[in-house]
Amino acid sequence: MAQLLWLVPLLPLLGFTALALTGGHLGRRAVAWIGAGSVGLSAALALWIAAGFLLHPPAGHAYTLTAWQWMAVEGFTPTIGFYLDPLSVVMMLVVTFVGFLIHLYSTEFMAGDPGYSRFFAYLNLFVASMLALVLADNLLFLYLGWEGVGLCSYLLIGFWYDDPDNGRAARKAFVVTRIGDVAFTVGLFVLFTHLGTLDIQPLMAQAAAQWPAGSALATTAAFLLLGGAVGKSAQLPLQTWLPDAMAGPTPVSALIHAATMVTAGVYLIARTHVLFALAPAAQLAVAVVGAATLLLAGFSALTQWDIKRILAYSTISQIGYMFLALGVGAWAVAIFHLMIHAFFKALLFLSAGVVIHALDDEHNIFRMGGLRRTLPAAFWPFLIGGLALSAVPFISAGFYSKDLIIFDAWSSASGSPWLWAAAWVGALMTSMYTFRLIFIAFFGEPRTQVTRRPGTRVMIPLVILSVLSVIGGCLELPAYMGNVHLFTGFLHLSLPAVHALAGDATETALELLSAAASLGGIYLAYVLFLRNPHWLRNLASQGTGAALHRFWFGDWAMDWLYDRLAVRPYYWFARVNRGDVVDAFYRGLALLSQALHEVLSETQTGTLRRYALGMTVGSLIVLSIAVFV
Amino acid sequence: MPVAHLPINHALLLASVLFVLGLLGVLVRRNVIFILVCIEIMLNAAGVAFVAAGSRWQQADGQIMFILILTLAAAEVAVGLALILQFYHRFRSLDADAASDMEG
Repeated sequence: MAQLLWLVPLLPLLGFTALALTGGHLGRRAVAWIGAGSVGLSAALALWIAAGFLLHPPAGHAYTLTAWQWMAVEGFTPTIGFYLDPLSVVMMLVVTFVGFLIHLYSTEFMAGDPGYSRFFAYLNLFVASMLALVLADNLLFLYLGWEGVGLCSYLLIGFWYDDPDNGRAARKAFVVTRIGDVAFTVGLFVLFTHLGTLDIQPLMAQAAAQWPAGSALATTAAFLLLGGAVGKSAQLPLQTWLPDAMAGPTPVSALIHAATMVTAGVYLIARTHVLFALAPAAQLAVAVVGAATLLLAGFSALTQWDIKRILAYSTISQIGYMFLALGVGAWAVAIFHLMIHAFFKALLFLSAGVVIHALDDEHNIFRMGGLRRTLPAAFWPFLIGGLALSAVPFISAGFYSKDLIIFDAWSSASGSPWLWAAAWVGALMTSMYTFRLIFIAFFGEPRTQVTRRPGTRVMIPLVILSVLSVIGGCLELPAYMGNVHLFTGFLHLSLPAVHALAGDATETALELLSAAASLGGIYLAYVLFLRNPHWLRNLASQGTGAALHRFWFGDWAMDWLYDRLAVRPYYWFARVNRGDVVDAFYRGLALLSQALHEVLSETQTGTLRRYALGMTVGSLIVLSIAVFV
Repeated sequence: MPVAHLPINHALLLASVLFVLGLLGVLVRRNVIFILVCIEIMLNAAGVAFVAAGSRWQQADGQIMFILILTLAAAEVAVGLALILQFYHRFRSLDADAASDMEG
């Protein structure tokens, strides 16, 4: 049944083709069936293939399917080939399932939008590109999916293109991720020049065989790939595009944050983990980038008032956790958190969408309030998602995945107390900003009238994702709860296990500490935002507090910095060069010939005798030359 | 029996004088009819040169060329007179300078 693997990305692609070719002439019902149905079929097929993979694992726990040879240039023969191993099985399931739930949700959520068909076409292409990315067996095919994902994010962030701001946000996302993509491309060149192939498995084997650990080439290649991953996954210093990407419709944000796009960077690093293991410097950089990003994004999230921007910063910070896990060699744990994060972040965004819809496109959490009673259909899913995001002990899936990361940051051979401290503070911040949002938006007095209530097709995904956000952690239980390692056990078939230096006792102690961080953050949020909101309001309204608030609100002045460093010089250059400096030479040439033309046309007097004289003089000259020279 | 009374130099001098006279006429006259006449003179100057040269080298070519020039001159006059008629119709004058519409 794994022979049908090629159908998994093809089905959404066919859906896209059908919707794109009919160009909005189909009825809404047909569009919904094609759009959601293609991804649903793909999800069912993925499940079937995954079941087959689990029950009858292929030799070496990996299955390669070559559809056809893409091209053949001397010595370079990339294929359209699919590679299925435990890592891609997990990614395939996450992408198709969460993707399908978001499609189902969108069939109702976007019902009133004139671009209904266009929306589903883009969404299908998005899922198809992401599936190509996670299933590709060579880096060139992976890069195709990578760029496809970038294109779709551009199209969907700028989906409501009537508003110039949305177009600007889309361009920003495209350009900023492009910076990372350039590094990625150069990395591909380096790998191909030195190892002679881009097929991932032979490539990794070659790298391990040819490059000693810590060699300059391995480090260079790993850093270049990291550059690509940083851009796509919105990590420091290229994270600025993600908060602005909230300009797109809410299901798009859910898709970008949960199933597609930002997880691509994490997947890329996990997929090329051999290379990163060969380059300790690059791997340390991954961990440091992750730790720094999760802290920065946590502080920024505390100051935002837009419900979607808070969630965007929370994504940046959670991806930071995944990078941290990758950086300390806990590859499988990073993917575990990726999956759990996909569940609860999709849940959070989808329920935020319900809130925004119910309040007539209100994004400001300070104008919400009291939604606990007036909109319970959004409150309960959001609360469950929030609990998972805050990693509340035992009752949320996020606890099991995030605490593994925090533990590994301490105990792994490449971990350190500093990384652990950053992760711990980050956990505190996470539950603080999450419950700040929940307390302000869902508790207190209602400030805006609820005008719309969600229907079935919105509620089904919310319920399923809620259930997953609660019980998803059961795949992986710590030592004191039965020591279950179903998920990492499965992934360790394709990814090496983390070398833990600490024992079970340390694990229990550290997990107690992070549980304290999670609950402490909630309590702090309760005290600061629900009981005594005036404390912080006073603090943030004067002197240093106000400056700090502004600083964090503006994403640590990163946007300002990039604006001064890159955007404005570029605009200045464009303005200076408006007349096109290079063209000046050619314009000069044109002017010169025009001047010559005017001089010569003066001699054309129209009088016959003048012409005759000219001919005479001319022939005299020619004759003199012929006779005397 | 060819007669070599006339030295070739004299004949060529005559041809040159005729040619220059014709050329000057073309350049200085404004009346198109006189211009046409001057062109005829130039043609005939060339004819004289041909005949003289043919006589000098004892070849018939020069006389053949003269017959060619004669035909050419006839054709030229036919076309030229037609043009002059049209010219007169158009400008109501025979002044060559009147036709300077093609000024650049």
